[in-house]
Amino acid sequence: MSIRAKIWALHLAVLLGLWGLQQVLPPYHANNLARIMVLAVFAMGYNIAFGYTGLLSLGHALFFAAGMYGAGLAVWQAEWTALPAIAIGLVAGGVAAGLVGLLALRTAGVSFMIVTLMFAQTGYLVILYFGAVTGGDEGFVVEAAGRRIFGADLATDGPRAVASLALFALALLGKLALVTSPFGRVMVAMRENEARSTMLGYNPFAVKLTALVISGLYAGIAGAAYGVMFGYVGANFATVQYSILPMLYVLLGGLGTVLGPLLGAVLMFYLVDFASGLTSAYLLVVGAALVLLVLFAPRGVLGMVRERWLKWLP
Amino acid sequence: MAFGPYLLLALMEGMVSAAVLALTAVGLSLVFGVMRVVNVAHGAFFMLGAVAAWYVAQTVPGPPVAGFLVALLVAPLLVAALATLADTLVLKRLNHDPEATIVATIGLLYILEQAVLSLFGPDARPVAAPFTWRLQLPWFGYSGYKIFVVLAAVAILFAVYGLMTRTKAGLIMRATQVDRQTAQAFGIDVNRVYTGVFALGAALAAAAAVLVVPISQAHYKMGADPLLLSFIVVIIGGLGSVRGTLWAAVIIGLGDGVISMFFSPTLAKIIATLLVAMVLVFRPQGLFGAKT
Repeated sequence: MSIRAKIWALHLAVLLGLWGLQQVLPPYHANNLARIMVLAVFAMGYNIAFGYTGLLSLGHALFFAAGMYGAGLAVWQAEWTALPAIAIGLVAGGVAAGLVGLLALRTAGVSFMIVTLMFAQTGYLVILYFGAVTGGDEGFVVEAAGRRIFGADLATDGPRAVASLALFALALLGKLALVTSPFGRVMVAMRENEARSTMLGYNPFAVKLTALVISGLYAGIAGAAYGVMFGYVGANFATVQYSILPMLYVLLGGLGTVLGPLLGAVLMFYLVDFASGLTSAYLLVVGAALVLLVLFAPRGVLGMVRERWLKWLP
Repeated sequence: MAFGPYLLLALMEGMVSAAVLALTAVGLSLVFGVMRVVNVAHGAFFMLGAVAAWYVAQTVPGPPVAGFLVALLVAPLLVAALATLADTLVLKRLNHDPEATIVATIGLLYILEQAVLSLFGPDARPVAAPFTWRLQLPWFGYSGYKIFVVLAAVAILFAVYGLMTRTKAGLIMRATQVDRQTAQAFGIDVNRVYTGVFALGAALAAAAAVLVVPISQAHYKMGADPLLLSFIVVIIGGLGSVRGTLWAAVIIGLGDGVISMFFSPTLAKIIATLLVAMVLVFRPQGLFGAKT
């Protein structure tokens, strides 16, 4: 089997496996899976910036929240239905990432982290400041009319499962196509050696900005889908914690791997779920995971698998 | 109240926050300057200082002033010990790599916050001020303790300044900041310097918290605002420049006091965070730093 065929077979098998799980899992876990898949889409976007292009951002909560509020406000204030609302969320995420990138990409490394963090913090504060429009700290519930897609109600389990899997599959295959494309290779080249890639004729600013915007599109559609599927839009989705979350998934699952974010999201979700049964201090688990990963496994699970065994893993 | 006295009150409140902020931010600035480490857990060290002050105030018998003085000594030492532990166990193993240490200190922040939440509880707890003297102005009375906070912060800052410029330890720290490798070539144990600076930075945050806790209250989430404001101050003052940090602390502290009193605090924060982002993008050496 050629490498290309192996790659596509593996990823299609994962999608098939997810579909199979949805059929057999009890409703509680099936719902978790839907949530995990939407968050994994967010983390896949984060991985495009961080894992592949080397842009360590602390501001992705802004792109997630832009998508969520874009969709949520379209439903709440303009009474749109789910599909156009999610589309507007996608655009909002991309536009937010583009605007932040235009400024933040003039810096690198630690400065880039702080600049993105500050922009995200500004976004969060703006949501609070304009509480009359955004619902402020309390947020708002997405109305039933805005949660219908082709006549199916996303508030019910069945359609939500189908929609989350469809979104995840689209995002996964899109990312696979992206990272195996020539542009995907250029992104990795930028991460590994910016000076050499520049000398080969690639414009680092343009490459990074494109990668960041694609990353923002992922975050935006994930945020929009999260709001519409689970019916709530709130300011806490714009806090730093939601920038850390995808970073954690990516670090755990595997830096610069297509399936890593899904694996990280599943592991972390159930680790937190398990820990909150034992203690209310689940953030302790998140903190410990961050420290331990950075100390002992900076490449994540699939990153190690790729290093040791499957060299062809994209 | 007329506008004049109102502005005076705002400026006095601003001076108090500027003093506390300067103390906290200088700690962050030292750590960044010497170690090139952005310590996201700095706010957690601040919070730990306040919580330690509360415990000391509970256990030490006698008038509040006794507990306060013990806390001012014990809390920074405890927090410094914890910082030493964190540096040895985590940051050293990462070779103080800038990006990895940010992720690690975020983890540390979560661990410390949640540990305090579990052991100390979610309630804000007051600590009595060491004395209750009030300064009576023609227009309003003002807490004498707040004036003491400003003076104490200035005294500690002078002590730090003396340490950095007049002692051998300060010379070693500055040498490490300027050129790590040359310092090493001259026989300076850079790793020990790093541990010392990290502990000193944490102790300064804790001292600031002990001073501020009779005014605000001890709470497990109280570190978030000092952290954000310290970041803002350190960046606007120029990363790694202690003098710039001090100037920026005064400006931001006063500005925050005045803007928060006349406009909304949220608006003040929006302006400040945007300012930081813009400074980093367009003037990375800070508003007061010289181009290198």
